[in-house]
Amino acid sequence: MGKTYNILMAGVGGQGVLVASETLALAAIAEGLEAKQSEVHGVAQRGGSVVSHVRFGDRVNSPLIRCGEVDLLYASERLEALRYAHYVKPGGTFVMDDRAIKPIHIAEGPEPPYPDKVPEFLRGKGYDVIVVPALQTAVELGDQRCANIALLGALSSRLPLGEKSWTAAIEKRMKPKILELNQRAFAAGRNLAVPVIG
Amino acid sequence: MRELMSGNEAIARGAWEAGVHYATGYPGTPSTEILENIAHYDDIDSDWSSNEKVAFDIGIGVSLAGKRALVTMKHVGLNVAADSFMVFPYSGCNGGFVVISADDPGMHSSQNEQDNRYFAKFGKVPMLEPASPQEAKDFVPLAFELSERFDTPVLLRTTTRISHAKGAVELGERRAVEPRTYETDIHRFLVPPFARSRRPTVEERLVQLLEFSESFELNRVEEGDPKIGVISSGVAYQYAREVLPDATYLRLTMAFPFPAEKARAFCERFDVVHIIEEGEPFIEEQLRIHGITNIVGKEKIPLMGELNPEIIAHAIEGTPIPKGFGEEISIPARPPMFCLGCPHRGVFYVLKKMMNQDVVAMGDIGCYTLGGLPPYSSLQTCFSMGASVGTAVGFAKGITDEVGPRSVGVIGDGTFLHGGIPGLIDMVYKKSPATLVICDNSTTGMTGQQEHAGTGKALSGEEAPKVDLLQLVKSIGVEFVRTVDPYDLKLLRKTMKEAVKHQGPSVVITEHACLMLPAERAVKRDPIQFEAEDCNKCKLCDDLGCPAIEWSDDAGPIIDEIRCVGCEMCVELCNPNALHGPSPAGA
Repeated sequence: MGKTYNILMAGVGGQGVLVASETLALAAIAEGLEAKQSEVHGVAQRGGSVVSHVRFGDRVNSPLIRCGEVDLLYASERLEALRYAHYVKPGGTFVMDDRAIKPIHIAEGPEPPYPDKVPEFLRGKGYDVIVVPALQTAVELGDQRCANIALLGALSSRLPLGEKSWTAAIEKRMKPKILELNQRAFAAGRNLAVPVIG
Repeated sequence: MRELMSGNEAIARGAWEAGVHYATGYPGTPSTEILENIAHYDDIDSDWSSNEKVAFDIGIGVSLAGKRALVTMKHVGLNVAADSFMVFPYSGCNGGFVVISADDPGMHSSQNEQDNRYFAKFGKVPMLEPASPQEAKDFVPLAFELSERFDTPVLLRTTTRISHAKGAVELGERRAVEPRTYETDIHRFLVPPFARSRRPTVEERLVQLLEFSESFELNRVEEGDPKIGVISSGVAYQYAREVLPDATYLRLTMAFPFPAEKARAFCERFDVVHIIEEGEPFIEEQLRIHGITNIVGKEKIPLMGELNPEIIAHAIEGTPIPKGFGEEISIPARPPMFCLGCPHRGVFYVLKKMMNQDVVAMGDIGCYTLGGLPPYSSLQTCFSMGASVGTAVGFAKGITDEVGPRSVGVIGDGTFLHGGIPGLIDMVYKKSPATLVICDNSTTGMTGQQEHAGTGKALSGEEAPKVDLLQLVKSIGVEFVRTVDPYDLKLLRKTMKEAVKHQGPSVVITEHACLMLPAERAVKRDPIQFEAEDCNKCKLCDDLGCPAIEWSDDAGPIIDEIRCVGCEMCVELCNPNALHGPSPAGA
């Protein structure tokens, strides 16, 4: 395929960002490509900021994306979209849920305001921003925990990976009990990101 | 067959393919998933051990008995095991012996930054460093071959981005290995009386290993631009390849014993060679010791923190590192915190209230270290595994003022079994006026819920004998011991008050399972209900520091119904009963 695709996936500990990023890497492998995925486990995950790097292509060396070379940023929360925005290349794409999860304030001094109008800010910087109500979609499907895969479905519409590869990846990653729910979440998300004409 | 695997999953697979008979270790980020994944292979007998030294010693025993043993730990775990690590090379092994140290550059989940390549040199033990999940798998059988061929323990060293990064791995088959027989040989295995006669063996072995390292095909030159030379190893090699894709590389896979002549021949081809290594100048020092000086290393590449492609590009090419948008729009930090419903929250809520009554609390390694940060700020120290107990005893000794603060140690169940028991023995032995709080959440929490000797389950998930913490503490001789559920905030506070007033050593064991345990996750509790008309705006609930409660001066507590797990600690604090569980208040 020539090009190496760089996808950064950000969110809050507990939102399933790592599961979504593993599913993406599995889809790339199913497509016959080389893929690497990297994140950090441990105490950083306890409700803290979580970020996962996914790269795929014919050859991938570094498991970390070079800052400024991200093609697509997946963000399941608005502050986390903003935190990693500078990783995105000029004109790159954001696929994000505009949901807000306020962090606890522990630093010295007054509490900094929680950012508002994040999609507008990012668009002002020349990025393509696709806002997807992933959490709302998941709640409508009956379980908020599949929001991560709904958002992945939206992201999938912007990636050159075949439907078969996605199907295989979801089947491999999800336990049988939650497979059907996540398949529906993925399909719903994928439809949400496709521009409706007419 | 190709599978997506993390470095740790790949090491587990490598252990299976290598015919490993027994594997053990102690959980620690970023090493934990190695043993968790080994447990999935029925051909390997595996267990968690109570600490890294015990694991290492068990590994020695397995090796002497003739079988292949793998021992896993994080970088600081090798400090705990160092007593045996430094001596085992004197005897050498029987069945192959490999110890894995997973280092954590950047301290994502660690108390220090420690480059364990120096342990290879310090202990005179050969070391392999994979740079991808594929190599992580392939190097395990290789390490065992080296161990048996050279009669030595072998160090397999990974870092966070090797252990936790996933990539495609081509799988192999298991090669069954026949156990060797054990023969008594006190001249080898009874080390102290015969250490002098064994000492030269260690050096002779190093000479043979150096010969191997010099001709080892994986210490290899990768030809490229004849003008740009780079020496690198581990994940730093992958980052360097990203920034300097066309350079000529000397890629070191076995950096100890250091193949100095191979490096010399390489460096002679270039005016200047870049040494791109993460952490300390390990390779650079070796080069300089051998008089190879046309090199640029740590004067450009940072010594501290993790490397990444942009840091290397900045160091070598001067490319600026992109900045965030923090100057234009507010981007508040999102620090880690106790999970929703975490039982530790109760302990630190109570400790915080007692800070005003002159309590000084010494912390330990675990999720509960977060109790030292706002909104609780009730731990003053944390150093290493088990250190809370000794520092609490020492602080109590060090206080000169007779009415000074009561010294309290706070430790988890897993950490207590790992390194806290000897400290408690001394607390009793020294008649220390100190208190130990053992936060028993029935798991090793921070590393992702591993079993230990106090949980009643083995790594395999099977039933196992369970250490009774209460009986253990009593048997050491502690007279004041109480157990309490930390969700019961009023009883916990009363118990703690009694414990710190007790003249001699006292122990409070808080018992409530970690809510991340599968059995706890399966329990669905409805979110807490709020009756606005009953609220007196006392703000006690907000004081709890629960992430699902947002305080509004107008409306009182706003419960995030999606996040609330219904632990009812806030209900416990609400005097006017404005907060209540799913059943009506008072019912």
